[in-house]
Amino acid sequence: MRFYIRKLVAFVSTLILVSVITFLVFQILPGDPAQIILGVDADPQQIAALRETMGLDRSAGERYLTWIKDTLSGDFGTSIRYHRPVADMLVERLPVTLSLALFSLGLTLLVGLPLGIYIARKDGKLSALLLSLFTQLGVSIPSFWLAFILILLFSVTLKLFPTYGYTPWSEDPIGAIKSLFLPSLALAIPGIAVVIRYLRNTLLDQSRMDYVRTARSKGQHEQGIMYRHILRNALIPVITIVGLLIADTLGGSIVVENVFALPGIGSLLVTSIGTRDLPLVQTMVLYIAIIVVSINFIIDILYKVIDPRIRLKR
Amino acid sequence: MTTFRKKFALGISTLSILAIIISGCGSNTGSTNTSNGASAESQTNTDQAQNTAGQAKAGGAVRVAMTTEPDNLDPYLSAATDTQSMMDNVFDGLFEAGENSDLIPAIASSYQVSDDGLTYTFTLKQGIVFHDGSELTAEDVYYSYAKLSGLNGQEPLSSKFSSIASIDTPDDYTVVIQLKDKDAAFLAANIVAIVPKDYEQQSEQPIGAGPYKLAEYKPGQQLVLEKNENFYDKEHAPVLDKVEFKIMPDSNSAVLALQSGDIDMIPGITAQGVLQLGDGYTVVSGPQNMVQLMALNNSVKPLNDVKVRQAINYAIDKDVIIQTVAEGNGTKLGSNMSPAMKMYFQDGLEDYYTPSIDKAKQLLKEAGYENGFDLTLTVPSNYQFHVDTAQVIADQLKNVGIKVTIKQVEWSSWLEDVYNNAKYEATIVGLTGKLDPHEVLGRYETNYAKNFFKFSNSDFDKLVNQGKTEIDEVKRVDLYKQAQTVLTEQAVAVYIMDPSRTVAMKGNLQGFKMYPVQKYNFAEMYYTE
Repeated sequence: MRFYIRKLVAFVSTLILVSVITFLVFQILPGDPAQIILGVDADPQQIAALRETMGLDRSAGERYLTWIKDTLSGDFGTSIRYHRPVADMLVERLPVTLSLALFSLGLTLLVGLPLGIYIARKDGKLSALLLSLFTQLGVSIPSFWLAFILILLFSVTLKLFPTYGYTPWSEDPIGAIKSLFLPSLALAIPGIAVVIRYLRNTLLDQSRMDYVRTARSKGQHEQGIMYRHILRNALIPVITIVGLLIADTLGGSIVVENVFALPGIGSLLVTSIGTRDLPLVQTMVLYIAIIVVSINFIIDILYKVIDPRIRLKR
Repeated sequence: MTTFRKKFALGISTLSILAIIISGCGSNTGSTNTSNGASAESQTNTDQAQNTAGQAKAGGAVRVAMTTEPDNLDPYLSAATDTQSMMDNVFDGLFEAGENSDLIPAIASSYQVSDDGLTYTFTLKQGIVFHDGSELTAEDVYYSYAKLSGLNGQEPLSSKFSSIASIDTPDDYTVVIQLKDKDAAFLAANIVAIVPKDYEQQSEQPIGAGPYKLAEYKPGQQLVLEKNENFYDKEHAPVLDKVEFKIMPDSNSAVLALQSGDIDMIPGITAQGVLQLGDGYTVVSGPQNMVQLMALNNSVKPLNDVKVRQAINYAIDKDVIIQTVAEGNGTKLGSNMSPAMKMYFQDGLEDYYTPSIDKAKQLLKEAGYENGFDLTLTVPSNYQFHVDTAQVIADQLKNVGIKVTIKQVEWSSWLEDVYNNAKYEATIVGLTGKLDPHEVLGRYETNYAKNFFKFSNSDFDKLVNQGKTEIDEVKRVDLYKQAQTVLTEQAVAVYIMDPSRTVAMKGNLQGFKMYPVQKYNFAEMYYTE
């Protein structure tokens, strides 16, 4: 119980820290936000009016407190650029990022886990060697390049998938899957490579442990040793990696969303920073902070489930 | 234990089968890009496109790749040029901008100016309806202009209408506008959108009288326009049923999408993109009414000496910049006016300073800088085009002993330090053109608030102020041409080029025209068989 209370305190203090830092960064950035939003040709009158609506005529401390108060009461403010409630915009874009995250995670696990086990069992053989060569490639290829190659192959040449855009689930579920397949693949390939490499290394490490020898000497079947003992122990580092991958994709995959023109969290974050849309940026950063902290929390609990020996002392 | 392996194998194969099944469904991705039109490339505004191929086909939809999101759908609150290019199809003004920087009557059928140049009387066409079905009358023009000029008692929304003293509407189809002072630039301002009276939801659901109406706007995805069946100008009635602007932030993806047939048009494609496309596409290229220049701060030493500024102009070879940085896709300039402004453009100035290192050195010697000097060149880092230009210029100025330090700054810092406060020595920037020459050249007037050149010249001020009040068009054109010449002679800046705008379209999409203002006129576009 004390563990959970501690976690909760850490959770809240992280969020407060994040909110203060985001707010401060925007105060330090050079340039008048109103001028940046309206550009070179704006009337001085237009700029003055916008400064007032943005509350720039009040002190920074005052603005920070108002923002915190509003956020706690569930009012995330209105986007300066889009003139719409920030909460609506976030909710509108969540399905894209969520589906993308789920799809790429599914692909990563479905392909990464079996191949990782395979490569560890065939250690030293040619097939394993070839596969690990491919994982080397998968880790080192930048995702935007991979995305372009996928588009060129599957969309331009084979014409199997659309080159860009997102079809909502409510309109056409098959279209939605089609529009998400290539981006998910582009996201999953580096993930798959990482999972395979980690799993292989930990599996090989574990298979040299004493408990494996003990299991063998009591006459247990080789595959039983693999799946019941070794794999379980090897999963801990893999879960850490997968957790990081999830946090990454849920926070919006900026590059892949841009290349495939997907209206997700990542592309919104980029435009909001470029246009100094403070209410939007603050809420997005807060959302990403919540995601990262919660996933770490879940992973800590998962450790305990997989390996009850882990005592969460700290 | 083999069941485990089987399950995994099954998983993988199901996945790959699934991928194939999914892609098999839906037939809209089939190979539809059967382009039969020849690729037409012309240097300036192309009306040859109409003559190239095939019979015009009724209807059809065009999907356009846009890199940025609209900033505001309300025409009075939007400042982004991309947004204006899109929404120009939804709104019409009393006039429309023509291809040759001329004004074409749109909602107005005719106008008269009083002899003192202070009273403008506009006669409106009858039977024009807004997209909501209500008739457009003088009342709506009054409402629109009162809002823009602040005559409705609120903050004015545009400084272009600040010279309006009063607006009268003697009948439903006549608008009489009284100006405070003579203002020749006023006429060109009348391309502004006319909006329906007392309608305040323009940002959410814009309503105008243009050839297309808004059908849908999904932020981050698309903005869809639909043909306005009741468009008043039957001669220029839209042909295409639908225009879909797709928000695609990545320009490489846009090229791939055009290749696969998922979009039909890219309004701003790179030279590399055109190469990648190959044959079978309509490519139109021409000046976009932008002036790329290296501004020199005329108030700091040694740039306050005209000889030094002229020396810099002699030392820089613009052709090299156009060939290397723009890969040949640019029009050489000599003053702050693009040839896209056909009527007002003073030609012959682009070669006023023929590159000559000797002349440059001679001038520097006369100015007392025989051994050159150090120059800081501030460039906005987000514009790779300007950064590349800066590198070429730094190299060229080295030949005459000027040691250039390139300082890259963030766009917001650039706005603050260079544009607002003129704290810089030299900078490279592109200035977007306007329809009226006064808005372009007025930047150099001594009292202009954002005169970041710090240029002050009584001859020049006299010329542009006369131009502002001169109603006679021939005389007015002449005044602004003289003003351009002063800028060149005084070497206020190094006027480099107007980088071309290149538009790539499906081979059978025709009728694209270039304008000196930002607009994509879809009412003139059509598919051929």
